Amino acid sequence: MTNIVGYRRTAPGTQPTHLHPAYVSSIKRAPSKPLVFMPHTLTEVTGPLFGKETIDLKACDLTRAQSGEPLGERIIVSGRVMDEDARPVAHTLIEMWQANAAGRYLHKADQHDAPLDPNFAGCGHTLTDGEGRYRFVTIRPGAYPWRNHHNAWRPAHIHFSLFGPAFATRLVTQMYFPGDALIPYDPIFNCTADEQARNRLISVFDWGNTIPDRALGFRFDIILNGREATPMER
Amino acid sequence: MSFQTTTSQTVGPFFTIGFDRLNKAELAGPGISGERVTIAGRVVDGDGKAVPDAVIEIWQANSHGKYAHPEDQQTKPVEPGFQGYGRIGVDENGRFMFTTVKPGAVPGPGGKRQAPHIAVSVFARGLLLRLVTRIYFPEDSGNAGDYVLNLVETARRGTLIARRTAAKDTFEWNVILQGAEETVFFDC
Repeated sequence: MTNIVGYRRTAPGTQPTHLHPAYVSSIKRAPSKPLVFMPHTLTEVTGPLFGKETIDLKACDLTRAQSGEPLGERIIVSGRVMDEDARPVAHTLIEMWQANAAGRYLHKADQHDAPLDPNFAGCGHTLTDGEGRYRFVTIRPGAYPWRNHHNAWRPAHIHFSLFGPAFATRLVTQMYFPGDALIPYDPIFNCTADEQARNRLISVFDWGNTIPDRALGFRFDIILNGREATPMER
Repeated sequence: MSFQTTTSQTVGPFFTIGFDRLNKAELAGPGISGERVTIAGRVVDGDGKAVPDAVIEIWQANSHGKYAHPEDQQTKPVEPGFQGYGRIGVDENGRFMFTTVKPGAVPGPGGKRQAPHIAVSVFARGLLLRLVTRIYFPEDSGNAGDYVLNLVETARRGTLIARRTAAKDTFEWNVILQGAEETVFFDC
């Protein structure tokens, strides 16, 4: 028999509901039937791992020289990836992508009438270190309009994608910026009932990681599901 | 100290910027053992319309039923060239296709083996959370006793089982996000 220690389920209200009608795209895409609860098996407590050999070490700097410097405000986005028991999630892959300073993505489906920046592709990746720390150098993304409702604007945000140690710990989220006036109006930010959980998506201004004469710092810690305490025979 | 898992957010419409680097639709290169299979299908919404901005991720064992992960302690061979990971974006008609080897059976609850299956994550614009589902294979003798399949009401179980097509070693399996024929998604 195999003893499987599963991963914990998230606290009620701290995650979005699948259907959030204010986010119009969820209306026809959210499942209508209840999800089927599945105890974790070997399949869910394992998952793809990405080692150093799969990483471009330069990819954590989105401002690295193309033909010139990207436009916009240089920022450092850093933080720690931990589990719910505050244990670091070491050597795990983080993927990130974002709009440029004008609020435009380098994507054929982005029709926003704002300029592309030939010196900014808007994607990066890195591995956390042994203590779960990561650090990106990028530019502050711009807000942009979208067609969800009349005069809809997304607050500035950066997309994050993490694998963690197992299939059960996969997470895709978005980081926001403190003091952004658009946040209260954003149906995607507001899709989660628990206000404290929502607010943890807002990064913290981080004097300690600013670089004088160069870049401002923002801190964004990311928490992945922790392990169940008691091994259960399954 | 105790934290709460960070809130999930949608991948949005432009995820390919960040995701394309790790796209992988051919999971098993030459020299990897096992029965080659192709799985193709569509992602459709509650109106039956194609979802053109979705991506699926695959996680599976190798043909011996061994995961390339340190927590799989079985004494079965790992194949260095087979990670068991795939990421396949859909095209403008919501279609995806990938090739792999049929996974072997892996241990399951109660000391019983799980039937061969592929774990799938679905991401798309409009999905605020990842959706988790599984692909099983038709005519597999293990399906009837499979722990996870038996969590699902009989009438919906078929959404998790790929269908053999006329093409050799090719299966059809669709992701129906919503509606009467909705794919079974797991709280995982």
